[in-house]
Amino acid sequence: MKGHTRAQAAGVPPELSARLGELQAQSRTPTHEEITEVVEQMMGSLQGDLSEVNLKIYSELESLAKYILSAKREIAALRPDEITAEHLPTATDELDAIVGATEEATNTILQAMEVMGNLTEKMTPEVADQVNEAVTQVYEACNFQDITGQRITKVVKALKHIEDRVDGLVAAFGDEISKYRDTHPKQEAPQEKTDKDLLNGPQLPTEASKQDDIDALLASFD
Amino acid sequence: MSVDMNMSILIVDDYKTMLRIIRNLLKQLGFNNVDEATDGSMALQKLRDKDYGLVISDWNMEPMTGIQLLREVRADSKLKALPFIMITAESKTENVVAAKEAGVNNYIVKPFNAATLKTKLSTVLGQF
Repeated sequence: MKGHTRAQAAGVPPELSARLGELQAQSRTPTHEEITEVVEQMMGSLQGDLSEVNLKIYSELESLAKYILSAKREIAALRPDEITAEHLPTATDELDAIVGATEEATNTILQAMEVMGNLTEKMTPEVADQVNEAVTQVYEACNFQDITGQRITKVVKALKHIEDRVDGLVAAFGDEISKYRDTHPKQEAPQEKTDKDLLNGPQLPTEASKQDDIDALLASFD
Repeated sequence: MSVDMNMSILIVDDYKTMLRIIRNLLKQLGFNNVDEATDGSMALQKLRDKDYGLVISDWNMEPMTGIQLLREVRADSKLKALPFIMITAESKTENVVAAKEAGVNNYIVKPFNAATLKTKLSTVLGQF
C-alpha cells in the first residue's frame, strides 16, 4: 500500500494525505520548511482529538525543533567548512615548517661543533679541555630540537583530531552550510591593502621567495 | 671488570639530530664504535646481524617503539642479556615502571646532559 493511501486509511484528511504523498514521491529529503508545514497541518487536524497535555507536549516539541533549526543555522554561519579547508591545514603546515627549520639549524650547529671538536687535537691540553667542555654544553643544549619537535608533533595530532571532528560537523550540517555559503558570498577584498594586510610573517619554504627572486623583482623597478 | 671501550654501541632514535648528539657525547666519553637505527625494527635487525655491547634507545618511534624493541630483545635467547638504556622524553611514572618491567637496565629522561649519560653508562657497564 502506498504512503498516502495508508494515510487515508488511517483517517488522515485527504488534503494532508495528498501532501504527504507528494513529499514521499520526491527523490530528495524534505526541507525543514516542508516538514514544519506538514506538522502544522497535522496539528490542526488533530486539535479536537488531543488532550491539553498532548497539545502542550507537541507545542514543546515544535519549539525544540525550531531551536535546533536555529542552532544549525548559527553553526552554519560560523562556516566550519572554512576551518577544515583553510585554517587548520595552514596551521599544521606552519608547525611542520618550524620542525624542519629547527632541525636544519640544529644540524648546522652540530656540524660546526664537530669541526671544533676535531680541532682540539691541535690545541694545548688545557685549551682543548676548555673547548671540549664548551662543545659538550652546546650538544646538551641541542636537545631542545628533539623535545620541541615532539611537542609540536603532539599539537599537530591534536589539530588533526579537531579537523576530523569539524569534518563530521560539516558532513552533518552540509545542506545548511551550503545554503549559508550561497546566501552569504565572501566579500571582495578591499582594493588597497593596509599596512596590517602586509603582515604575513615568514612564508613556508615551498612558498617563500628566494633572494634571487627578490633581487630580480627589485631590478624590474630600475 | 674493566669496560671494553671498543665495544659496539647501537643508538636508536627517529630524530637524526638526537642520534648525532648522542654519538658525539659517546665519542667524548671514549666510545667510538657507534651504529645508528631510526626505529625499533631497524635496530632489531642490526642487533641480530652484529654483536653489540649496549643499546641506547628512544621510546617514541614508528613503526616499532623503544619499549617494543626492549621486549623483543628480552624475548630473544641470544640478545636477552644485552644492556639496554632507554633515553626518552616519556617521563611519566607509568612509562618508567613499564620499561623496568620489560627489563630496561637504566632510564634517561630528555633533555639530558653529558654527566647524566656518563653516570648511567657507569652504572650499567661499570666504571670507565
